[in-house]
Amino acid sequence: MIEIIDKLASYFQYPFVLYAMIAGVLIALCSSLLGVTLVLKRLSFIGDGLSHVAFGAMAIAVAVNVVGKQYFQASQDVLPHNFFLVLPITIFAAVLLLRTGQNTKIKGDAALAMISVGSLAIGYLLMNLFSKSSNLSGDVCSTLFGSTSILTLTETEMWLCVVFSVLVTGVFLFFYNKIFTVTFDEDFATATGTRAKLYNLILAIVIAVVIVLAMNLVGALLISALVIFPALSAMRIFKSFQAVTLCSVIVSVFCAALGILISIVAGTPVGSTIVVVDIVVFSLFSATSLLKRRF
Amino acid sequence: MPQLSCQNLTLGYEGKVVISGFSFTVNTGDYLCIVGENGSGKSTLMKTLLRLKMPMSGQIVMGDGLTPNEIGYLPQQTIVQKDFPASVKEVVRSGCLNRCGLRPFYNRKEKRMADENMEKLGVKNLAHRCYRELSGGQQQRTLLARALCAAQKILLLDEPAAGLDPKATDELYTLIKKLNDSGMTMIMISHDIAVSLKYASHILHLGTQSSLFFGKTEDYVISETGLIYTGLEGEQT
Repeated sequence: MIEIIDKLASYFQYPFVLYAMIAGVLIALCSSLLGVTLVLKRLSFIGDGLSHVAFGAMAIAVAVNVVGKQYFQASQDVLPHNFFLVLPITIFAAVLLLRTGQNTKIKGDAALAMISVGSLAIGYLLMNLFSKSSNLSGDVCSTLFGSTSILTLTETEMWLCVVFSVLVTGVFLFFYNKIFTVTFDEDFATATGTRAKLYNLILAIVIAVVIVLAMNLVGALLISALVIFPALSAMRIFKSFQAVTLCSVIVSVFCAALGILISIVAGTPVGSTIVVVDIVVFSLFSATSLLKRRF
Repeated sequence: MPQLSCQNLTLGYEGKVVISGFSFTVNTGDYLCIVGENGSGKSTLMKTLLRLKMPMSGQIVMGDGLTPNEIGYLPQQTIVQKDFPASVKEVVRSGCLNRCGLRPFYNRKEKRMADENMEKLGVKNLAHRCYRELSGGQQQRTLLARALCAAQKILLLDEPAAGLDPKATDELYTLIKKLNDSGMTMIMISHDIAVSLKYASHILHLGTQSSLFFGKTEDYVISETGLIYTGLEGEQT
């Protein structure tokens, strides 16, 4: 045990480990805040779809930089950071997807599936065409599963994470009652003069921000797990919206921190380790709720 | 001046007319029941009154000091609510949201109002219970308390007794009548013609042009539409 603690202590002397921990915990916090609302709105899969969009956008960003260098003799990357292209595209897709719920020809889940696989395909195609490095499958794998990307965060990226996490949390707290009302009963909210559409739009934007942030931590394919597992765990036990939200935040932060620690010690991929911890906690919560019901 | 007057309304969706050319007025303290067969436009009318939908033509005029935000609504339950983790208190308080504006949290006055309405509808003792674990009747009373927080002049009820057992149905209708007696205007969609005749002061019958009816309940019973409709219902039951 002491060995492990020593090992951890020595790792935490490296700044990148510290950055990973800070960013990881903050991302987990943000994603769990929205998880409850998404699960309740029957939008669990939106995280998955959006993360594929973000993957496609990432590939476009890479391509833009490669093209910029090749054809316009740009000495630096055209985009200072992939983030600045990925975020707007993902926000756009989120707004589009949340809107389609209501009255369009292509229904919600079909639209989601279409955009999701479409951007995955385009993303992979672009990455192939404009490959920067020799290790293409490594690049793709790390974007999809996040394998090590959280450990390669620079200080700037960590601060970006901090700023956006604070923003997301702030927006959520400020609109907490509105989000609750609109999620619980959108018709009632609109009928009594609450601008449900506006809050849905805000929700869409915030979701997109969270997804883009979370891509660093767990990779595009595993984001949904980060969003829905803590919420589902909390919903097993707690019965009020407030308690569920609080509990899912705690569960999510705990799982992320534990997952990162385990992955450092055991050398496992960060994203999947966190998700496995989430699954274990979910099973524990489910078992508890079953026992509670029985006795 | 009537609280709500609808003139020459034509309703529909996606360019298709569901019902056209009808008018009615609602005065303060009225109890209006909207009846008619499935697909006759009852729900569309309700959505229009709530401004969730625009009428295709005609107009809705509010009077007697009524503003659009003062219409409360008891909607039919949605699937989302079946497994929504929310305490009764949270649900009732959410009715106060339209008073908040940009303010992020409820103030003391709004919390007190939620408490009073829970008291009024007899769900105060359930305040910390989970909404999804209540009985159907208790859920409806919770939603009614929420609607009262949102508005105190007019209440729109969309088949409030759907899915309730006879005892809970009776209790709910008695409660609604009590609220109506205390001066609150009620507009209710109902499939239950017997209940409509028993409680309503006015009836709006939606249907084909010839069967449209709006007037006092006692006139409805002897009108041609009323005779056919109540007669039909009588044979079925």
